[in-house]
Amino acid sequence: MEYVNIIIDDKPIKAEKGQTILKAARQAGIGIPTLCYYELNGQQLENRPGGCRVCVVEVSGRKNLAPACATEVMEGMEIKTHSLRVVNARRTVVELLLSDHPASCLICSKSGNCELQSLAQKLGIRDIPFKGEQSMYKKDFSPAIIREMNKCIMCRRCETVCNKLQTVGALSAVNRGFMAVVAPAFEQDLAQSPCTMCGQCVQACPVGALSEVNQTRQVIQAINNPAKKVVVQTAPAVRVALGEEFGMEPGTIVTGKMAAALRRIGFDYVFDTDFAADLTIMEEGTELLGRISKFMAGDKSVRLPILTSCCPGWVNFFETNYSDMLDVPSTAKSPQQMFGAIAKNYWAEKIGVKREDMIVVSIMPCVAKKFECQRDEFKENGNPDVDYSLTTRELAELIKQFNIDFNTLPDEDFDNPLGASTGAAVIFGATGGVIEAATRTAYEIFTKKKLDKVDFNALRGLDGVRSATVDFDGTPIHIGIAHGLGNARKLLDMVRNGEANFHAIEVMACPGGCVGGAGQPFHHGDFSKVEKRFEAIYREDEGKPIRKSHENPYIKQLYEEFLGEPCGEKSHHLLHTHYFDKSKQVEVEA
Amino acid sequence: MAKYKMHLLVCGGTGCSASKSTEIVDNLHLSLKEKGLENDVQVILTGCFGFCEKGPIVKVMPDNTFYTEVKPEDAAEIIAEHVIKGRKVTRLLYTDPENKEHIADAKHMGFYKKQLRIALRNCGFIDPENIEEYISNDGYAAIAKVLTEMASEEVINEIKLSGLRGRGGGGFPTGVKWEIASKNHADQKYVVCNADEGDPGAFMDRSILEGDPHSVIEAMTINGFAIGATKGLIYIRAEYPLAIHRLQIAIGQAREYGLLGKNIFGSGFDFDIELRYGAGAFVCGEETALIHSMEGQRGEPTFKPPFPAQSGYLQKPTNVNNVETYANIPIIILKGANWFNKIGTEKSKGTKVFALAGQINNVGLIEVPMGITLREVIYEIGGGIKNGRAFKAVQTGGPSGGCLTEKHLDTPIDYDNLIAAGSMMGSGGMVVMDDTSCMVSIAKFYLEFTVEESCGKCTPCRVGNKRLHEILEKITKGNGTMEDLEALRNLAGVIKDTALCGLGQTSPNPVLSTLDNFWDEYVEHVKDKKCRAGVCKSLMRYVIDKDACVGCTACARNCPVNAISGEKKMPHVINDELCIKCGACIERCKFNAISIK
Amino acid sequence: MTQIKSLADLKALKNNIQEKMDTRAKGNKDGLVQVKVAMATCGIAAGAKQIFDYFLNESEKRGIDIVLTQTGCMGYCHAEPTVEVTLPNKEPIVFGYVDTKKADEIIEKYIKNGELVEGIIPVNYETVAKN
Repeated sequence: MEYVNIIIDDKPIKAEKGQTILKAARQAGIGIPTLCYYELNGQQLENRPGGCRVCVVEVSGRKNLAPACATEVMEGMEIKTHSLRVVNARRTVVELLLSDHPASCLICSKSGNCELQSLAQKLGIRDIPFKGEQSMYKKDFSPAIIREMNKCIMCRRCETVCNKLQTVGALSAVNRGFMAVVAPAFEQDLAQSPCTMCGQCVQACPVGALSEVNQTRQVIQAINNPAKKVVVQTAPAVRVALGEEFGMEPGTIVTGKMAAALRRIGFDYVFDTDFAADLTIMEEGTELLGRISKFMAGDKSVRLPILTSCCPGWVNFFETNYSDMLDVPSTAKSPQQMFGAIAKNYWAEKIGVKREDMIVVSIMPCVAKKFECQRDEFKENGNPDVDYSLTTRELAELIKQFNIDFNTLPDEDFDNPLGASTGAAVIFGATGGVIEAATRTAYEIFTKKKLDKVDFNALRGLDGVRSATVDFDGTPIHIGIAHGLGNARKLLDMVRNGEANFHAIEVMACPGGCVGGAGQPFHHGDFSKVEKRFEAIYREDEGKPIRKSHENPYIKQLYEEFLGEPCGEKSHHLLHTHYFDKSKQVEVEA
Repeated sequence: MAKYKMHLLVCGGTGCSASKSTEIVDNLHLSLKEKGLENDVQVILTGCFGFCEKGPIVKVMPDNTFYTEVKPEDAAEIIAEHVIKGRKVTRLLYTDPENKEHIADAKHMGFYKKQLRIALRNCGFIDPENIEEYISNDGYAAIAKVLTEMASEEVINEIKLSGLRGRGGGGFPTGVKWEIASKNHADQKYVVCNADEGDPGAFMDRSILEGDPHSVIEAMTINGFAIGATKGLIYIRAEYPLAIHRLQIAIGQAREYGLLGKNIFGSGFDFDIELRYGAGAFVCGEETALIHSMEGQRGEPTFKPPFPAQSGYLQKPTNVNNVETYANIPIIILKGANWFNKIGTEKSKGTKVFALAGQINNVGLIEVPMGITLREVIYEIGGGIKNGRAFKAVQTGGPSGGCLTEKHLDTPIDYDNLIAAGSMMGSGGMVVMDDTSCMVSIAKFYLEFTVEESCGKCTPCRVGNKRLHEILEKITKGNGTMEDLEALRNLAGVIKDTALCGLGQTSPNPVLSTLDNFWDEYVEHVKDKKCRAGVCKSLMRYVIDKDACVGCTACARNCPVNAISGEKKMPHVINDELCIKCGACIERCKFNAISIK
Repeated sequence: MTQIKSLADLKALKNNIQEKMDTRAKGNKDGLVQVKVAMATCGIAAGAKQIFDYFLNESEKRGIDIVLTQTGCMGYCHAEPTVEVTLPNKEPIVFGYVDTKKADEIIEKYIKNGELVEGIIPVNYETVAKN
């Protein structure tokens, strides 16, 4: 490593050559404020347009101020980060941003989590000296995401995330000057765009310009409606992140407290999506083995690889971008929807409640799940299998609204039978987890041998695209894994062009998998938080007495009592789905 | 065939007419008639010579004698001495200000050297659609020399030595730019001609492309050879159809003659040029934005480094120069760097083309050596201020420039002096203003343009310029406060200090320079609610002179908002709060009793 | 048209073009009258195209031999359309504000008789000497 000598605020520093002033300063413990800058460490994502100008610093010998995020250190550079000139400029820039931003912090969904708000606080701004025209845009409601462009500060994080990380291409800057805004092509509504509702834009937005559709009020009403039985299911990744909303360290496992809180909120049955994850393995694993067996027997009509289909952002993505390959993904519904189908068709009958009188609420680390539960194919006579899907953040909000002191709650268990799950289900929350869980089950069924070591470390990790070959007792099974839709595109293009020979591919739309989901507590670009949740998922798995889906006794019971066999007729009807060609939405954009 | 043996050209420009040039014509006619020469000598009034300081001017053809400061009573002497006896009237000859010698032949007058056409050498001289006319005027001789006699380093050295700086506005040394691009190695490099001329009122580059497209093609080829690029792109705004048409013809002809394409002059060097059309966004004149636009991306700048010379079009090393810069290249190669670097000032060599506009007599396209003063441009080339009004300011550098005043008139024009004076060279717009211009409104006008043309990427330009414009609007509406003036100066300073690209960094210049040079006028707008130029409508007051008013009631009857009251046959008054300043009352008043204050 | 392959080719072509011009000039007993119409965008907008056509048609009708060409901007924006007329062995003269009436005057008086007409735009610049 080559170093250069620089001076920041009179402090001599050895900085790595080629580094930006911002990084050199932060390493030296000097925190230069930023706003548009957004980086997901290790995920090859950097939004560095140099547009907000909040990070400007004074560099000796330079006639104007330099953006610290975009200026490389040079030998002998003298930098001032808080001279009068810098402080005045930074303050004026933030005042300018505030002058075109609604001062509606009291009622903004992002209040308390807003980076502009905290910047204004940090700089001690008590007045906005510039009065003038404010941007006015109509609110854009989609099934999952709300755009309030009046609040947009043109940091372009959403645009970069949508195009570079996810390669979705739904958002880009349009118009010029004061009228410039980030929007779908032709300023159409998000719902008409190629948007996959993955919500990474919401996760990245520093202000409240992008947010999820909030359904806490509907849920509170349902809970308080005596005519309704309200069932709640919680996704695996929620339990390793929810604690952050209550001041706990990222990666703290709060499964027990969460179950206790849900019960105190008033849900009639506190169940677990993990149960449905085990069910998914039964269905998807069986489908996978069926396809592989047929393929190996020389059946040319079988298409491999099989693609996982648990992630709704990913499903939207391939329906839009790979409409020529709609027969490739697994037909298995996602765990959320399998749960809904079982709850309303099996559990409702079992407890003697009419389908219409049961409300299924899901707690998801996800924004796209809100869209998924509204899809027509997941409804029966207009009644959805899952009525409301809340994000981890919305659950935290509910807990706070119900005056529950989360930190002092005792650990409680989920209700049975739909609350019982295995370690295989828990790891659905991390990239590589679904395919590992499937491998644990498929191995035993395929080889008819007992699997002693359930940890498939080759399938774990946070590299964007991974591949591994698992030895099924002499039969090599090639597995591909991608998280982040841009990485998925790389893998899918290889498949489409016949350059890859995978048997199975797992895709998660969000970086890190569901632990990095758009519905999780805001990480503000600190990806180490996601990494800690990721590690917690595997800790939770390890602590589970049963770690293979097919060994879940309640799953066995469900097949015996109700479903018959995996991929059987009843399963086919209740637990499988089909996909739609949405490629037109891309053409409009092109 | 010639009927007349001699012509006497008398300047008929406004300046000279005011100094009785028509009387001179009459007297010349009289004297000729007296001597019986009216059929041998023709007297004719001409357009403005531009040299109004020394007017009225009489020029004798064919011997090219230039008489200055001629009075009507000199007519008889000119006829008796010059026309009849062939002796020049020495006392009327132009005197060289340096060696005090009388100059007999106008060709030797410094006046003609005020304008030196280098970049425009072929404009208005050759047929731009005929490559042979270009060739017969030494066209393609420079690229021939480069490809057959010179190494690429020699070409770069020659350009470096010439001192040529970018004519697009920034003034970066062209040779250095080429050198950087030449040192970055890549499988493909590009040469880009920036023809996205966008300053309001500027048309220097368009004129060159329309009048001499081959010079740009030849220069780009030289540039390509120098840096090792085989592809050239001309980014031209689609609003320039004629320039595009002529470029297309020129490129076609150059290919036909083997001057573009493979193995040019048998040297083994390949080069070809494509046109790319811009949609007229001002910011696309900024080179990184221009490159993004050519790549099909949103036309907005990115920070440098990386410079285009490192990573430009399609991430390949790219050299971007503007049209006028290129037009200088072939002649520098042919006549040598040492010829070029003798023209101009120490740090700014050669000439600059300006589009001279505004309240000036000879609106036009001029090319002057660097170092000429604004006074010379305005009074000796531009023919002075229209209608004999007083000079107030000259705006250079378009929306990125500033307004200079009387005190700057004798500043030699070059890149550094203009920046020191608070303006800039820019691409060459020059707007002259007289006392009917309100400087607050002028600043507002330029800000309006920047607000419209900002790409919206960085905060200071997107929001800051909008706020600057709003404050100016408030002041011109008569609602400004002294705090606003303070805010204006601070905000303008911050924008200059923090904006991402050149457009944003220079956009407050019109505000800052008018604040510096016309502070009193701002204060008048704020404190006295007065616009001395009478431009800001909200600050005008209509007043009835009670002594002149006879109480005819015509004004009151015609006021659309009933702002005028008064008894019949008694003086009327206007209620300022109701008055909308439509002017209907003034039109109706037969007694000139109403005036604007 | 042959391709220019070398410096010699270029020089030969240049001489050839210049010779052609000379021959044409010598072939005409009074020498050659050159008329250039400034036809940049601004000139055309001000009516230069009509003036060009006028000279083209009228010179034929009236039997005068002129070399008529279009050219780029002469710089006199305040006086468009502008036309430069060069009589044999004389300095070029630029006329401004040329409409068809003025063009007729230029043909009849200046081109035919050498008699100047009003509207002369004095040239006030020097052009760099070519090699």
